[in-house]
Formats: sequence, structure tokens, C-alpha cells
Amino acid sequence: MTRQRPLLIEALTAAGLIAAPFVLPYLGFTPTTVNRILVWGLFGLGFDILFGFTGLLSFGQSAFYGTGGMVAAYLLTVLNFPHVVTAVFIGAAAAAVVGYLIGLIALRRTGIYFAMITVAIAEVFHFVEFNPLSDYTGGENGLPGVPTPGFHLGFATVNFDSDSRLYVFLAFWYFVGLVIALRIVRSPVGAILRAIRDNPLRAAAVGHNIHGYKLTAFVVAAAYAGFAGGLLGIMQGFMPPDAFVFDTSGQLVMQTAIGGAGTLFGPLVGATVWLYLSDFLQTTLHLGATWKLVLGVVFVLLVCFLRHGLIGGLADLARLLTRTAKRYEAPESDARPVSASAVAAAATGAPVVELTPSPRRPKPVGDSSTILRAEGLTKRFGGLVANDGVNFSVRRGERRGIIGPNGAGKTTFFKMLTCEMHPSEGRIEFEGRDITGMSVTEVCQLGLTKSYQVNQLFTRLTVRENATIAALAEKRGPFHLDLLRHVESVEGLTQRVEDTLNVVHLSERADLPVSDLAYGEKRRLEIGLALATAPSLLLLDEPLAGMSPLERVEMVQLLKSIGRGRTMIIIDHDMDSLFELVERVTVLQEGRVLVEGTPAEIKGNAAVQEAYLGGVHAA
Amino acid sequence: MINWPNFVSQCFNGLVLGALLALISSGLTIIYGTLGVLNLAHGAMFMLGGYAGWVAYTHTGSFIVAIVAGALFVMLVGVVMERAVIRHFYTRPHEDQLLVTFGLGIVFVEAVRFFFGSLSKAVPPPPPLLGITPIGFMFYPTYRLALLGIVAVALLALYFVLYRTRLGMIVRAGIEDSVMVDSLGIDVYKVFMLVFGIGAMAAGFAGIVNAPVVSIAPDVGESILVQTFVVVVIGGVGSFPGAVLGGLIAGEIISITSMFNPGYAYVMLFVAMTLVLVVRPYGLLGTAGRE
Repeated sequence: MTRQRPLLIEALTAAGLIAAPFVLPYLGFTPTTVNRILVWGLFGLGFDILFGFTGLLSFGQSAFYGTGGMVAAYLLTVLNFPHVVTAVFIGAAAAAVVGYLIGLIALRRTGIYFAMITVAIAEVFHFVEFNPLSDYTGGENGLPGVPTPGFHLGFATVNFDSDSRLYVFLAFWYFVGLVIALRIVRSPVGAILRAIRDNPLRAAAVGHNIHGYKLTAFVVAAAYAGFAGGLLGIMQGFMPPDAFVFDTSGQLVMQTAIGGAGTLFGPLVGATVWLYLSDFLQTTLHLGATWKLVLGVVFVLLVCFLRHGLIGGLADLARLLTRTAKRYEAPESDARPVSASAVAAAATGAPVVELTPSPRRPKPVGDSSTILRAEGLTKRFGGLVANDGVNFSVRRGERRGIIGPNGAGKTTFFKMLTCEMHPSEGRIEFEGRDITGMSVTEVCQLGLTKSYQVNQLFTRLTVRENATIAALAEKRGPFHLDLLRHVESVEGLTQRVEDTLNVVHLSERADLPVSDLAYGEKRRLEIGLALATAPSLLLLDEPLAGMSPLERVEMVQLLKSIGRGRTMIIIDHDMDSLFELVERVTVLQEGRVLVEGTPAEIKGNAAVQEAYLGGVHAA
Repeated sequence: MINWPNFVSQCFNGLVLGALLALISSGLTIIYGTLGVLNLAHGAMFMLGGYAGWVAYTHTGSFIVAIVAGALFVMLVGVVMERAVIRHFYTRPHEDQLLVTFGLGIVFVEAVRFFFGSLSKAVPPPPPLLGITPIGFMFYPTYRLALLGIVAVALLALYFVLYRTRLGMIVRAGIEDSVMVDSLGIDVYKVFMLVFGIGAMAAGFAGIVNAPVVSIAPDVGESILVQTFVVVVIGGVGSFPGAVLGGLIAGEIISITSMFNPGYAYVMLFVAMTLVLVVRPYGLLGTAGRE
């Protein structure tokens, strides 16, 4: 989106930062308040990457803010370390290391567990700072005498010793922090973080090591917090112990939510509102300690009625206005269900789009004519046996169908093949490798993936971004820290995304958010996500489920075009369509293989008819 | 300082604190289990119970009235809170639920600070329970001994409601699968409201019965909330027995560590939590899939 004007946001921010000290005093901001806003804003940049972009709500950021600040202040005051900026960087590095260790523990769980664990962590750090480490941190007194930075330029010395000079220093570092955060957000890692926020299950299933990326976001947030903590000490001339208290974490969370999470500027806007209101309520209205009650009420109302904060509210408003305008301009272009020519082209055997896997993928081992072999696969859920000793093998290039009455164990069988679920007994071999016990991510990286029975999309992202997430996994491997590189500069990525969207006829819808798609289109994107990983074996779990008759016809054509030159296994209940698509059919019943054969053989098989119809038609 | 009677008395303190934490955590965990909402204002519920009880006590001079008033008031707060705010957040993301309950917690704390000031308030134990009681070779404050009994009775009452009544059956079914309960024709919203009220009441009750031991202040709930979280992580989210076991473990860890150095109490609590997360990520008595 911002590709056309690559540095627009950076330029606007720089202009804003330059203008702020001239404009804000007229609005009633004191120079100290402006400086505090910058420190909170910088603190929040990292937090927003963690919360707004990755979806991990941490109430423990005070631990890293305090750690970074105390390390820097200790170096500068007790050890008389001469370089102020270097000390701040060392503080940030210390916070990042602590963040890594804490992240290893906190990220063992997600959701509310993660929130609870981070609350506990913040409290532990608070207590450690006040008691066992009080000899180093000054306990309740903090560390006084943190020097302000100064630079010798040869002919002159610049000291950032007044509020307004300090503003220049802080604004510079805020700007650097913002530029780095923007690059992270626009990098492949940034895209994957958003995918994790929207649908961690699918992000892992298309081949991303989501734990590694979550830990990355956690460490980045800790480093930002540590850096901001260092600046806090410099700004105040002393490192306050209350950087460590739980309220600090809480205030950061509230400011980010007020401003709008997932925007990078949310924390800055939120801090502006928060600090301005607290100054205003205390000094102008003389409310004393009641200001916090007022802010608490404001916060609750905001969370209730303005879901995405102030920035989100403004963006929604803008979108609402432009959308209404667009609808009047072009009422029909949106309504076209599917590109008819594309379907026709597929039907008449138009050129097959090859999605060749990148050379990083391991080559098949040994005999390559059999792509998948499962032996004695059994899955028990307590007393229930979903699959019982299934033997199954598929040749390379084959299109195989799996049918069976409801409860025959088809989906469980697929889940075991893609390693979403591990079998109770038996083993699975893919391209000559034993994949039993591997993770779904590892298996996808080897070239085996699935499209889900119930759509698993990244609902807040666009169609193109969805395909990008899947393609990235195959292009970059499960984990790669290219934090500062633009996502579109990944080699072959744009081509892969375009090709994938072409195959599933979604090129014209590429820039729409997934939530705007019709059901049939979502279904095609679901398959597109699997395709974008360039699988050598593609599993399709009921691709026709829930579709209208017209959509079914289109989907069958689509699957035919995909199936050319690719190995596929398809589960579906629509037998006419399935028999048209596949070369061989395996019938599952009560967790066992009932029979296997060509569609013609299966159609005429008495046992199959009995399984489905209870023997009424058996003759 | 560390001698045998001292150690035993600290173990007793741990038991009392543990029982209290068990009660508060049970409230938190049944709310989460049934409604899927983690109430970050749960610490404030503890605090509100103490204040409501203190108000009742200063007007009537009766400790019994104070307990009843504290528990009922907080239950009312819980019901109103569920009805007015939480209900609109069931379909919103977990993060929004955390944010709104966190904000409500701050509003409660600051409202109490506004009306009653920041200074702490004390509620004396009822006269028959004043003084100390000799048990074996040591003396122990009578009220703390009684507190252990009071909290144990409250826990048993909660157990009875959860495992021996129709409501409890619905709540436990709801913890397993609230959609299914809904489709069985049971008005889950009514149940949700009641569960939120009962869960809040557990914290409020704990708040007032603990007031004679630790005097109350507006921010008394904050550290309780943190300890409750550790208890729930150790015991397993949504598990009543887990909350009781986790509470007792946490209570003992805090008390015994405090005997050596109070500064390390939280560190030890955190170490225990980490151990549980490494060995049994779903908590000692928790089951997978409740997040």
C-alpha cells in the first residue's frame, strides 16, 4: 500500500517531531510533558509490535523498562561510565536478554495464561528490585545523578541539559525507533506476526515456526522497553524505582489501547491524551488524586465503544466516508461472482501454472514412485477408536479420493497425515522420510500440506497478504530473522503470490480484506493458501462442503486444473464430483479401509453401497 | 530466628493464606471456566468486600453483619458488572475482555480511594476470637485459627454449590462446553450472571474475613490478584480442585520463604510457577484445550 510513497510516513513523522515543540506549548503542554510523551511513545513502539501486531497482550513490560533503565543508570552513576548513549544501548541489550529468558517461560502458553504469567513476572521484578537487589538499584530511592548526554564535536560541545535540548535528543531517538519499527512491520517477519495474531494455527500449518517469531516479537518489545527506560533516567536526571511497578505496565497498556493498537502511533497518541489529561485534571481542575478515577472511567468507555482506539476510530470514519463514495461510483464491479473466462480457460486446458518449490526443500529419499505410505495407522481417543490399523499408499502424480460415511475417521486420518495429530500406533512415510511425530510446520516445509474443512484464513488481512504469508514459509523456511528487509524484496515471492491467486481466480480480488469475500471465494483462498506453499502432496478436506451447485461446478474445474501434474488426496461427500476428479478411491468405514479401487469399481461395489445405504439397495 | 515453633507457626500462616488464596482463586477460575472471561478486576472485588464489610462494621459493630454485607455487596457488584459490561464482551476478543476488566479494576480502586481515602482501615476480630490460643508447644492468634475454619467452610459451601446442585451441574457442564449447554435450552446468560456474582462473592468474602488479619487499603487487591494468577497457573485454569491445591502450595511457599527473607517470596512463587509450566503446562490439575 505504501509502496508508491515509500518514505511518506517517515517524512510526516519527522515534520511532526520538528513542529511539536513550537506548537504544543500553545495547547498547554509543558516541555517536560512533551518529553515524557516521547519516552512513553518509544516504549510503546515495541509494545505495539508485541500486542497490536502479534496479538500478545503483556502486562509485564515494566520489568524490561525498569531493567534497561537501571542497567543504564547503574553504569552512568555508580560505575561512572562515560558514554551516555552507549550506556542506554547496553541497558536495552540487557533488557532484550532478560526478555528472551522470560519469553521462553511466558510463551509456553498463549491467551489469558500469557497475560497472567506476564503480570506475575512484572511483580517479581518489582520485588527483586526493591529487596534483594536494592544495594544496586537504590531500592525505594532509585539511582540519582544520571547525567545528561553531551557530544564533543571538536570545535564545540553540545550538551542536552535543558528540557528543550533534551527534546531534540529524545525526538531523534524516537524517530530512529520509529523507522526501525516501521521496517520490522513491513518485513516478512512483520507479515508473519500479523498472521500469528489472526490465526496462529494456520500460520504454523503453512510452515512458520510461530514460537520463534513470537519470541522475536517479545525480545523486540523488551529491547524497546529497555531503551526507553534508559532515556527515562536521563530525562529525569535520576532513575525512579517506580519504573518497575505494575502500574507502569498498566499505563502502557491503557495508553496503547486509547491511541489504537496495531498502528505504531497508538502509544504516542495515547500517551499524549493520558499525560495531557492527567496534567489538566490535576493542575487546572485541582482534582488531586481523583484524576486517575476520571481516566479509568474514560478508558473503560473507550474500550467499550471505540474498539480500535482513537486512531482506529478515525481510520474507520475515513474508510466509511470513502467507501460510501466508491459504492456510488461503481456499484456493479464488486458483485461479479467469479471470472467466467478463467474457469473456461481452466476447463479447456489452458497453460498449467507451475508452482515449483524452491531449491531449499529436501529432495525425496530412495524410491520416488510412492510419495506417501502409511502403515498400521491407529488413533484412539480414550475408548473410541477413530482409525484402526489403516494401511495406505499413494503414488507420485496420483489423484486419490477418500470417501466414507460420517464418523468413518476421514478427518482424523488427514490430521495424522499432516501431523496435526500424532497416531497412537503406526508410522507415516512421506517421500521416503519417516514423518511420524514431526510437527505440522516441519511436514509443510517438506512439501505436504492440507486445505481445511472449515476455512482457516487470516481474516483481518487482504487476499494478497494471505497468499503472501503462505508463500513466505516456503521461500524463507520455517524461521528467518530478516527483520529489516521489505517483504516484497523476497526473491520470487511476488511471482508466487500472483501465480497462486491466478490459479484460484482471485487476482481481481487481491486487495480486498478476507472478510469482504463471498463464501465460495474464501473456499478458493483456503485452497490457495495450501497451494502457495508449493506442496508436492496436497490434501483437500471437503473442498466442496457448503457450496452452491454453481460454485461446485467451478470448484471441480479449479481442482482439475490444480491437479494436473500434482499429487492430491481429496475427501468429499459429493461423490459425483469426486469420482470425476480422482483416479482411485479409498473407502473408509468405522476407522478401517473397507475397499480401494477405481471410481467405476467403487460405484459397483456391494460393500460400499451397504456401508452408505445400509444394504437397502444391495442386490 | 528460625526455630521449630517459628517454623510450625509459619506453616500455619501458610495454611491460612493458602486457604484464602484457594477461595479467591476458585472464584476467578469458575468465572473463567464458565464465561471464558479472565476478570482482572478480581483483586478489586477482594478489596471491595473488605470496604463494604468495614462500612457495615462501623455502623453496626457486628462482625457477622460485616461478613454478610461484604459478601452480598460484592455479589451485587459482580452481577451488575456482568449485566452492564461483561455481557457485551463475550463475542469480543480476549484482549478486549482483559482491557475492560483491567479498567474496571482501576475504577473500583480509585472510587474507593475517592470516598474513603488512601489510609488503611482496620476491622477488629469479634471479641470471642481475640487473643491467642495455645496449641501444643506454641501459641497462635485465635482469629487466624478461626479464619482457617471460616474459609474452609466457605470452600466447602462452594464445593457443595458446584458439585451437589443443579446450578453447579450446569456450571461444570458450561466449563466443558458452554455452546452445548446453551443448545440444551438452558438460559446460559442467567447462569453466567449468577456465576459471575458467585465468583466475585468468593473474593469479596475473602476480603472481609481477612480484614482483621491485614488491614484494608484501596490497593490491597493488587498483590492478591497477582498471587491468584500464580495459583491458577499452578493449579490449572477452570479447575476448582486445582485452585484449592494451587492456593495451598502458593500460601506455603510465600509463608516459608518469608521466614528466611520476605523479598524472595515472589521469586520462589515464580520459580514454582515456572516449574509447573515446564513440567505440566496446563497446570497440576488442569486439562488441555482451555485457553
